[in-house]
Amino acid sequence: MNVPTLFGLCAAALVGLGLYGVITNPQPLRKILAFNLIGNGVFLLFGAIARRGAGAGFGGDPVPQALLITGIVVAFSATALAVALLLRLFQATGSATLVGEQPAKPEVDDPKPYQVEKFGVLRRVQDKRSQQLKSNSNPPLSPFFKGGVSPWDSNPSLEKRGRGDF
Amino acid sequence: MPRPVPVEDMTTPGGLLLVLAVLLPFVGVLAGLVLGGRYAQRVALVTLLPGLGLAIAIADALARSGDTLVYLLGGWAPPLGVALRADGLAALMLVTTAVVICGIAVYARTDFAMPPGAGEARAPLVFWILLLAVWGSLNLVFVSGDLFTLYVALELLTFAGVPLVCLDGSGETLRSALRYLLFALLGSMLYLLGVVLLYGAYGTLDIPLLAMRVRPEPAAWAAVALMTTGLLAKTALFPLHLWLPPAHAGAPAAASAVLSALVVKGSFFLIVRLWFDVMPDVVTLPSAQLLAGLGAGAILFGSVVALRQERLKLLIAYSTLAQIGYLFLMFPLAFDAMSSELQRGDALTGGLLQAISHATAKAGMFMAAGLIYKALGHDRIGELRGIARALPISVLAFAVGGVALMGLPPSGAYVAKKLLLDAAAETGQWWWDLVLQAGGFFTTSYVVLVVAHALWPADCPVKLNAPVPRLQEGAALALALCSMLLGLAAIGPVPLATLLLAPKELWSAVLLVLGGGVLALGLGHRLPPVPGYVAIMSPVRTGAVAVARVIERADGVLRRWPVAGLSLVVLVIGFVAAMLS
Repeated sequence: MNVPTLFGLCAAALVGLGLYGVITNPQPLRKILAFNLIGNGVFLLFGAIARRGAGAGFGGDPVPQALLITGIVVAFSATALAVALLLRLFQATGSATLVGEQPAKPEVDDPKPYQVEKFGVLRRVQDKRSQQLKSNSNPPLSPFFKGGVSPWDSNPSLEKRGRGDF
Repeated sequence: MPRPVPVEDMTTPGGLLLVLAVLLPFVGVLAGLVLGGRYAQRVALVTLLPGLGLAIAIADALARSGDTLVYLLGGWAPPLGVALRADGLAALMLVTTAVVICGIAVYARTDFAMPPGAGEARAPLVFWILLLAVWGSLNLVFVSGDLFTLYVALELLTFAGVPLVCLDGSGETLRSALRYLLFALLGSMLYLLGVVLLYGAYGTLDIPLLAMRVRPEPAAWAAVALMTTGLLAKTALFPLHLWLPPAHAGAPAAASAVLSALVVKGSFFLIVRLWFDVMPDVVTLPSAQLLAGLGAGAILFGSVVALRQERLKLLIAYSTLAQIGYLFLMFPLAFDAMSSELQRGDALTGGLLQAISHATAKAGMFMAAGLIYKALGHDRIGELRGIARALPISVLAFAVGGVALMGLPPSGAYVAKKLLLDAAAETGQWWWDLVLQAGGFFTTSYVVLVVAHALWPADCPVKLNAPVPRLQEGAALALALCSMLLGLAAIGPVPLATLLLAPKELWSAVLLVLGGGVLALGLGHRLPPVPGYVAIMSPVRTGAVAVARVIERADGVLRRWPVAGLSLVVLVIGFVAAMLS
């Protein structure tokens, strides 16, 4: 196995891990990190392709390297935007999860009681989570399979909104 | 197979216009950002007319030379350099975008005016800057001649669109914005992966060069499957639509209009470029059928869930979902069985016409809904009675936009539907004929539902909370009329008049409205008190509502993140499988 192939396989593994993370992790921050993992996989693949396509006397094909830098900048700004949104979300609602989104019935007339209610829900969610982690120190990873770690699983106030929603 | 080699080692006359069309909005963005405050709005408004002029100048130059406009950046020819190109597709979309942006800007002047006294307010500043940013990135999407530049343009479009969702800064909208951003990023990574694979296999990303070199083989199949799926996630085609309804319904009306009318068209346009220009002979008929099948799913789910909504803006957001599905029906119809490749023909014209008429009509509808919301303080469909008397022009704008989408003559959607139906008959794919007709009935049903509520006389006169400026109503109506009269512009008044006088056309229009009305009575969530309705419809409605509930629930499941993520993966595999067969 030559070097570009090895790096190509590593890239495939990174993309796969990242994809798994984006799909299964309920926390937005972890999704953002997983997105970066996919990005790194793609960039690594591009690097491997640049190396494979090197002309005589060159270390690598320069075009992919130029594109790569642009891609990294774009991915970086995407991450910055996502983290900024996440911070704003935390400031606005006191929660950094996307649980409880119910687009069909958003607040229209009086947003205040809605937020207060959500705050209460949030408190309870956090309590539940710490309890559950105590009782089961090695929970299955996927939140959307039955018996997963979704902390709102047994929360009666969230039952109707569906578990695994985000 | 060999194709004619495009001779492109030089910039064509008029090529500089393409650079200006991209530069102008971005110069506006920077100027607005630096000057800040009150100047952001002025800069944006000043940019409008030159921008519109540039788009028209590009279309004019293209019509005169009859050949693609090319500009080589820095004088470097592809594959080493990057070229900007504008063909007929691009010029049409450029003009449409400019017109819609101008309409939205006129509308937003009232909503996003800087408050008197304050030096700077966040929402107006951000809105005007982002409006220009959306415009600039869309122009870049339309004129880019290379897949990587397209990636950058698409990311710019997403970055400009996401903050529009959460302009009011409430928790709910921030959630929808984050959800939109994360899912769109997932899509763009898939797209980039496809781009990397293509570069690895063919050593170029320039569209004409790539189109010459690409062969139907595993690398190209994998690339087109990844790129298409990634773009579908950004376009929010069913079942990857988890972010669209909350994002489009939660934003302020002017922002919703930008998002719904224009931003989703960017990634749609890219799919068209990819399938028709880059690899028309790599994609196969089954893969085109799969794409159109998803479109049919979108029409069914989007329309039925739209009928079940309580709020007008959510209804329009779900209608966008259905209309996006409609756009994808053209792919199998454009497939030429003889040469087994996608052909630019009537089907593509029809699809593009549909995209343009949706852009204008939907912007007008969202703006009208925003006015109704502002005047009433709510947009619950069940409580719209009497609003037509209080806000006649707004309701008229909504109705005209709706009728234009339904495909009644002389709207653009009417001509589009006719072209697509002809293509379906020509290629012998009768099932898409059915889907096209069903789509028309569904669109009619939710438009009729809302208009019937608005026209129903109220028990007591409606009290308006806020005055509605004529200018805003005029902007909404003008965009809706653009969509309505697009058919006239497309085929000319005389052939259209002869078409309209045919009894068959009249009959089908009556049938469309009647069928839509029956659907609305059967499935609508809130109905106006129609006399004699209980006796006729009650048993039918019980069954229909049960079906609608099932669809609503399925939609809820599909919009969960893990399910949507899995659908993404399944779709990639599905597209590869469809290419193999």
